Amino acid sequence: MNTRTSTANTRPAVRCEGLRKSYPRRGVVLDGLDLAVAPGTVHGLLGPNGAGKTTAVRILATLQRFDSGRAEVAGCDVASDPAGVRARIGMAGQYAAVDEVLTGRQNLVMFARLHHLRARAARLRAAELLERFDLEAAADRPVRHYSGGMRRRLDLAVSMIRSARVLFLDEPSTGLDPRSRNEVWEAVRELAAGGTTVLLTTQYLEEADRLCDRISVMNHGRIVAEGSPAELKARVGGSLDDAFLDLTGRPALLTPRSSPPLRSPDTSRGPRDGMRGVA
Amino acid sequence: MTALATESRTAPSRFAWFAADTWVVARRHLVRLVHRPDELLGTLLIPVMAVAMFGFVFGDALGAAMTVPGGEYREFLLPGLFALTMAFGIGNTTISVASDIRGGVLDRMRSLPMTPAAVLAGRSVADLLTAAVELAIVMALGTLLGWQWHGGVVALLAAFGLLALLRMAFSWIGILLGLPVSGPEAAMKYFSLLFPLAMVADTVIPTDLMPTWLSGPASWNPLSATVIATRNLFGNPAGPATSWVAEHATALAVAWPLAITAVCMPLALARIRRIAR
Repeated sequence: MNTRTSTANTRPAVRCEGLRKSYPRRGVVLDGLDLAVAPGTVHGLLGPNGAGKTTAVRILATLQRFDSGRAEVAGCDVASDPAGVRARIGMAGQYAAVDEVLTGRQNLVMFARLHHLRARAARLRAAELLERFDLEAAADRPVRHYSGGMRRRLDLAVSMIRSARVLFLDEPSTGLDPRSRNEVWEAVRELAAGGTTVLLTTQYLEEADRLCDRISVMNHGRIVAEGSPAELKARVGGSLDDAFLDLTGRPALLTPRSSPPLRSPDTSRGPRDGMRGVA
Repeated sequence: MTALATESRTAPSRFAWFAADTWVVARRHLVRLVHRPDELLGTLLIPVMAVAMFGFVFGDALGAAMTVPGGEYREFLLPGLFALTMAFGIGNTTISVASDIRGGVLDRMRSLPMTPAAVLAGRSVADLLTAAVELAIVMALGTLLGWQWHGGVVALLAAFGLLALLRMAFSWIGILLGLPVSGPEAAMKYFSLLFPLAMVADTVIPTDLMPTWLSGPASWNPLSATVIATRNLFGNPAGPATSWVAEHATALAVAWPLAITAVCMPLALARIRRIAR
């Protein structure tokens, strides 16, 4: 499905070396993470709960500090030039980070203004993104009346206000029904086709398989395997499911989290079953 | 896609960006209020109930029982309720900040090229403008009960200024409380604590009618200074000005909120930076 070839000779859009992070209570979360994401590709961080995927992405998006190692995003050093990173990235977390009371258009205009676009440019950009993410019909309805898929698309639209060079997506399809998930995947593919580098975290094999050019399998805070979906499957001579079990010692399908991530509600999670078989 | 005019402004100063970002955030909260005016209800419920209960139901009895020197109990009561309205706005502030953290809006704003301080300053500006609406509603109700102001226009504006200062202080307390809170539900528990704190002051009953061990702390409650000072400015009866606090009410009504803000604002700003740990 993914026919784009990674451009081997260009500088990685995201690179980290020996990234370490530990918390007083959780202990070591990132244990020397090495990662290189080729520009213009969709790269998946696949791993079970607690593998450190979200922490890695939050660090790269300058939302969290790290203890040691090096990280670079779009040519900017994450530690010494966070403002440079922020000017070049888009970020969508696990929950659609939009104002539920405002309309989709009002959200886009507000975030565009906070991106320091002028009022007119912000309105134009909002209209453009609403069209691109197929939200024109719902543009002037409050977001709380949106479906899960529409919310996610709005969230993606907000994260693309500045035509980000690198887009971080933390579990982009968590809690979505299959139809909404397809909508989101389609939107991500279009972004990648337009040249945006996408780094996404997922615990779904199907998502990694169908959406990503390359997959880094993460466990206990480090990368345990990396390759294209086909390569990973070839390694164990079976399905990606087997590869995952082989690499992480855990089956790929996970029960809903027992401990929710920091500052996140755990209410809107859809059932995790029904994903098997496709991967 | 059309080209973006993002960098088209001629590099304004950092402060100009801060002010612009603050206004965008403040406007967001005000637009929310237009969509959902019922969000005001949480703030207004208690002051409006207080107007009804103390003013209408108990007004005559309380007035007869304590004979506020120089006037009528309802004239005495309303400035207390104005300050109470300012204090209860804190619930809205805390819930709003806590919801933004949980919903990821704060994270999103932190990943933008804007200053995080503007996120909080915008909330505070929105609080002040919202407070003006709330105050207008409680004043209108008070007027229906027979409350009026007897001073000049300057005194009236000065009273508004003192109430705004008080709201600013409570706004920053609310922001500080909301930042570490894990969700809007947890923020609600602070709200119930506020009730006794707002009543043990010169708000609905003169402090010298309270038990002696309580009247001291009550008069030092930051609300008391604002209430006494605004009573004086509105030309409403203010009880006997025997305590040190009552004698220096106006100065304290300025000093208290400024001191609270001076403590809470830097703490809140430090806290929002520390979220990155």
